[in-house]
Amino acid sequence: MSSTVETEHHAPAPAEPVRDGIWRRPLKNTGLVGFLTTVDHKKIGIGYALGALFFLLLGGIEALIIRAQLMYPEQELISARTYNQLFTMHGTTMIFLAVMPLSAAFFNYIMPLQIGARDVAFPRMNALGLWCFLLGGVILNLSWFFPGGAPAIGWFAYAPLTDRQYSPEMGTDFWIMGLQILGIASLVGAFNFITTIVNMRAPGLSMMRLPLFTWMTLITSFLIILAFPAITIALVELMFDRHFGTYFFNVEGGGKPILWQHLFWIFGHPEVYILILPAMGIISEILPVFSRKPLFGYPLIVFSGAVIGFLGFAVWSHHMFTTGLGVVATTAFAFLTMLIAIPTGVKIFNWIGTMWGGRIRFTTPMLFSVGFIWMFMMGGFTGIMHSSPPVDAQQQDTYFVVAHFHYVLIGGSIFALFAGMYYWFPKVSGRLMDDFVGKIVFYLMFIGFNLAFFPMHILGMTGMPRRTHTYKSEMGWDQSNFWSTVGAFILGIGILIFVIQMVYAFYKGGKAPKDPWDSRTLEWDTDSPPKEYNFAYTPVIHARDQVWEDKYGVEAKRMEKIAPGKHGIHMPDQSWWPLITSIGIFIACLGMVFHKQPVPLTAEAVFGLEIVIAGLVATFIGMAAWALEGPGGFHLHPDPAEYAGATPAPEDEHGHH
Amino acid sequence: MSSHAATTDDPHAALEPLKKTSTGIENKKLAMWAFLASDCMFFGTLISTHLIYRKVYPTVVEPTEFFDIELTGFSSFILLMSSLLMALSVSAAHKGNIAGMRRFLLGTIFFGLIFLSGQVYEFNHFVKDAGLTLSSSVFGSTFYLLTGTHGVHVALGVLWLSCWTACSLPKDWAWYTLRGGRFLWLPFRVIFAPMVGRYKHENALDVEVAGLYWHFVDIVWIVIFTAVYLVEYLPILGF
Ligand code: HEM
Repeated sequence: MSSTVETEHHAPAPAEPVRDGIWRRPLKNTGLVGFLTTVDHKKIGIGYALGALFFLLLGGIEALIIRAQLMYPEQELISARTYNQLFTMHGTTMIFLAVMPLSAAFFNYIMPLQIGARDVAFPRMNALGLWCFLLGGVILNLSWFFPGGAPAIGWFAYAPLTDRQYSPEMGTDFWIMGLQILGIASLVGAFNFITTIVNMRAPGLSMMRLPLFTWMTLITSFLIILAFPAITIALVELMFDRHFGTYFFNVEGGGKPILWQHLFWIFGHPEVYILILPAMGIISEILPVFSRKPLFGYPLIVFSGAVIGFLGFAVWSHHMFTTGLGVVATTAFAFLTMLIAIPTGVKIFNWIGTMWGGRIRFTTPMLFSVGFIWMFMMGGFTGIMHSSPPVDAQQQDTYFVVAHFHYVLIGGSIFALFAGMYYWFPKVSGRLMDDFVGKIVFYLMFIGFNLAFFPMHILGMTGMPRRTHTYKSEMGWDQSNFWSTVGAFILGIGILIFVIQMVYAFYKGGKAPKDPWDSRTLEWDTDSPPKEYNFAYTPVIHARDQVWEDKYGVEAKRMEKIAPGKHGIHMPDQSWWPLITSIGIFIACLGMVFHKQPVPLTAEAVFGLEIVIAGLVATFIGMAAWALEGPGGFHLHPDPAEYAGATPAPEDEHGHH
Repeated sequence: MSSHAATTDDPHAALEPLKKTSTGIENKKLAMWAFLASDCMFFGTLISTHLIYRKVYPTVVEPTEFFDIELTGFSSFILLMSSLLMALSVSAAHKGNIAGMRRFLLGTIFFGLIFLSGQVYEFNHFVKDAGLTLSSSVFGSTFYLLTGTHGVHVALGVLWLSCWTACSLPKDWAWYTLRGGRFLWLPFRVIFAPMVGRYKHENALDVEVAGLYWHFVDIVWIVIFTAVYLVEYLPILGF
């Protein structure tokens, strides 16, 4: 039942692993079965990335339809209701199905390699996270195919619009349950990552030697476990309002819609740091590599990341300045919001300091990183502008805000995630991506992005409201909107070329060596792509930028290696149960959506809670069988050439006393 | 821990390999602590919802009119005592005293069930006699969701501990468990039977982790009992 993969040196194993459980465990690690039952953090990471890229394209298409509708005044390409559905689904998809899982893809794939671990602490739980993410995306998008279509409530779903009375269709229920499953995905992932980073670091890898990306993974995971409960409960309350007649947000019975706003933003503000901190971690890995200098002010970057995470919980009401919180509350939240600019500024100066005087190589990842610093700063400046309540009162709900958050989300998160994809693609696939095409992608995205979103500042200043289906020509917004749409399509083309380039490079790209960028951190010390067991030896760390020290440092700071014991490397067994458990959860959530609602084909409400109960039973069976089968395990014996020069394992440490 | 576990009869030695982590804390324990931190926020959100509405509508319902504080006080006491039994189970598990652990686990489960029956009785009474339902007032909504969520936590804890109790039964009990007479609902018997006889010394950690959860749920109840029940009596007591 216990999951420790780090005990492999200490335990004598039987030659043939015992396989207990309800049925034989899947042994084949290729093909469809291999993927559906995988517990390998690398495959799971790739699964996250592919899912996230798919949803990025889907959300992008939704955005392009929005932009096409706004290209000219008084168009009727799509109806106002479809427009509302599109921006709701666009926002929800981009945040929960594109950026978060793309960050999770890197957490999964890169973080264990950076700390020299064989896998995460709970490999099967990790698989559960992946399946919950994919099924959450499915539930959310299933809404399109049911009467009433997708939700039209905006990504923050303000009450009382979400009440049964104002949004009678199932779209809102799909949204609620989709977010609930996605919450489970994020939570189990976060528990896993926290345990992994705190507990499974290679010998000698102290906290203050952790690569910055791993640090940001840790901080983000803490934000997730502390912020998601607020929205989970808010969603439960909303679900009860809609299905069981409670009055949490229902004005009729005395509910206060403002409570939803508080609960949502207590989650929602940390959420935006959940989106940006991983991006900052990626940037902090890439800048030193391509400047050939260590990260400037490492401890400061770590601590400012932690301070940002901490303050992130104390500023949620700046999303609600215009609701009339009272002078004291408004002032306090404005002050705290402005305070966040300090740790963020510290980071930016540190990144500039890293590049300062370095021998910079402008490769594609570096271009995206430098683009990130600049674009994220632009978004940051507008952010500081509306941290002032009187200014915010002018800008709230205008296109100025849309410009602001796309500068931090695209210019920030997406640029950094693209930098990360270009940077780590050779490691993940063993193939190189062409730098010239990469630069074309960067410039298309950079130009398209600025053309699309810079004019929105001006549109917002001149009063164009956000979430508006169309506008009159007399308002003087035609020019800006036209160019904004052109920019959006250029940005879209850039992303499309990226996808094509990635697929092409995967099949036809040149072979990538272990360390194509002359990098600094541990993941570059193993093969590209890494073997199933990540490292054939246990690395013993003596420095922060270990791989750099191995190449250029003094003898005393070189890495030591410990060979695997005579039993080989212990690996966890594959399992069907994470998938089955997630399907149970999926069924329960679908059952909740259909609860007392017209189901397709009959147009009658026929289901009480039967489906929910069936789903919960399936979930319980999945979990019980999961526990019964245990982590299992088998042993691999890497080619001794892979750990040449390693010290032999201390064989007698078996845990016997 | 299955195949690769150090096979030994010494319960302490069985747990040693699990401690070989960067911090010396077992992975499962650390993950449980992280989960409990998260659970604090879950209950924090529910409790604040309840208290906020209580403050906004101080007079719509007068809970002391239908609260049965003696009964709730008694079942709270029972729940707290179950924590004592839980601690004894963990201690027995660490000493390798499986029979003792099973007895204390059964005691914990029994006390947990008493608490749950108290809650069922109480809900019944509120609905039937006081007309308090999910949709009778905001108080009903927040009260039932908060205490109900806690009840679900206790029920899951009971289920979890029952699984470990089943695991700790001697192997030849599998058949009795499946037959189990009328005492257990058939699906439970089917689920528990394959667990019988699977307990190993290193599972003491799992019992300990379940214990962490159990204690946490008890502590949360102290907060709920104070914030939802006891404070209502302050005005009566003249505060
Ligand atoms: C392909 C590039 C993108 C384009 C052209 C685009 C365009 C837009 C536009 C025009 C709106 C405003 C709709 C309105 O208020 O009427 C919008 C809303 C939004 N976008 Fe994007 N967007 C893009 C990418 C992203 C990304 C990457 C994210 C997040 C990571 C994102 C998150 C959001 C959110 C949260 C909203 C608010 C939705 C709402 O009002 O409920 N967008 N987008």
